[in-house]
Amino acid sequence: MLTLHCPYCGIDADETELAPGGEAHLRRFGPGSSDDDFESYLFARENPKGVHFERWRHAYGCGKWFHAARCTATLEVFGTYPAQTTEPPQDIRDAISAKRPGWTWRTFA
Amino acid sequence: MKKRYSAFAIAREAMRNHLGWERAWASPIPKAKYDAIIIGAGGHGLATAYYLGKNHGIRNVAILEKGWLGGGNTGRNTTIIRSNYLQDPSAAIYEKSRSLYETLSQDLNYNIMYSPRGVMMLAQTHHEVRGYQRTAYANALQGVKTEFISPRRVKELCPIMNIDGPRYPVLGALWQDRAGTARHDAVAWGYARACSDMGMDIIQQCEVTAIRREGGRVVGVDTTKGAIDCNKLGIVVAGHSGVLADMAGFRLPIESVALQALVSEPIKPCMDVVVMANTVHGYMSQSDKGEMVIGGGADGYNNYTQRGSFHHIEETVRALVETFPMIARLKMLRQWGGIVDMTGDRSPILSKTPVENVFINCGWGTGGFKAIPGSGWGFAELMATGHSPLTAEFGLERFREGRFVDESVAAGVAH
Repeated sequence: MLTLHCPYCGIDADETELAPGGEAHLRRFGPGSSDDDFESYLFARENPKGVHFERWRHAYGCGKWFHAARCTATLEVFGTYPAQTTEPPQDIRDAISAKRPGWTWRTFA
Repeated sequence: MKKRYSAFAIAREAMRNHLGWERAWASPIPKAKYDAIIIGAGGHGLATAYYLGKNHGIRNVAILEKGWLGGGNTGRNTTIIRSNYLQDPSAAIYEKSRSLYETLSQDLNYNIMYSPRGVMMLAQTHHEVRGYQRTAYANALQGVKTEFISPRRVKELCPIMNIDGPRYPVLGALWQDRAGTARHDAVAWGYARACSDMGMDIIQQCEVTAIRREGGRVVGVDTTKGAIDCNKLGIVVAGHSGVLADMAGFRLPIESVALQALVSEPIKPCMDVVVMANTVHGYMSQSDKGEMVIGGGADGYNNYTQRGSFHHIEETVRALVETFPMIARLKMLRQWGGIVDMTGDRSPILSKTPVENVFINCGWGTGGFKAIPGSGWGFAELMATGHSPLTAEFGLERFREGRFVDESVAAGVAH
């Protein structure tokens, strides 16, 4: 079972306590944006076989949203971090680099 | 030309210790160039190749497979075939598929064991009753024979079901009597044999590592067995669609998640229909071997590992034990997962792509097996002629244009 550490309440939460929330760090494109940006924001999704960043909610715990860095090919969890950021923090990137040298995800590396 | 399978052939081989059976398909080394390459030798890929040859005369075709033939979702599903969809484009392609399944054994000269035993989708809330009545009316207009049946009829068709469940009593069901099941491996093997017979090359253990493009159009692929050139390329790889699209340089509205199924120990025949219960989320049928074949829910997060979360199995089995009390003490024999490619509107993508002469057939999500012949038929027409009435509504541009084929709302669950 997938276990994620909630960065708010500090609990190692089982998957049954958590609600998955899809791709992390989406930038919102609203009215007035180009068709390409709007379509990409609404529908296109990263779907990597490997390093991936996601949003999760500690639904049956503290109720807060947070981010997780995972590997979709092995289900390994690299780390979790709070939601109040638009990009993965350096310590998470370092943790991934230690295990997946040369990884990239969207514009992050 | 391969020797035909027949009762006479069985008798002939019985007389000579079965020494005369040929390999069903060849395993050639790849040529330098093909008119068309299909990536993915699962049901959809092989069906595409078969109808390219049969309907459109394109036979200089290679089908490349990373693993072994039919080893992905084609060999991992619960073999249910039905066409009781709400939206017109869905009903058209799934009904085409179901009708092709009816005569596929004769068409391929390969017994795919199509069993039109009937599929019922239980209505266990008043919302579902209204939803399925609406679907039954829609199906009547689409020319798909379904009916909404009473709880009493449900009990007659499936006596082992408890229709008076305390939490979710059965209030009726959407019944399609020409729906059913087929032998999933045989579908892949039958198409493979027919493709090989037409001179197509099925190349297993051959992973595509890059898609070569020149001036916005495809010129070939790099593989673990060397570079192969092609005029047209069809990507038919289900869960790995995102990986291949990334190689071709475009993004898809698709996320890949694990979907699980399991089978019980074999028991005596007790159930001759397929039952789907979408509110409590489980579905079950009995295989010819006597195993109860059980399908459940998909995980909610991206996953390429072909194994899912155990709590989904618990949920599914809990729901089915409520519905079928007699299975409570059955032992489960095997459990497995497949990687399904989910689109936002839960409808497939059969489409041209931003790269010229690259076509993609994906997004079948949790319900692709039933669509194999129809999908291959339509996708082959799209690849050969640039247009198919079966696939016209399933283009990639439907997301940008807001023309969803919204089966997720129609069904209320992934399906």
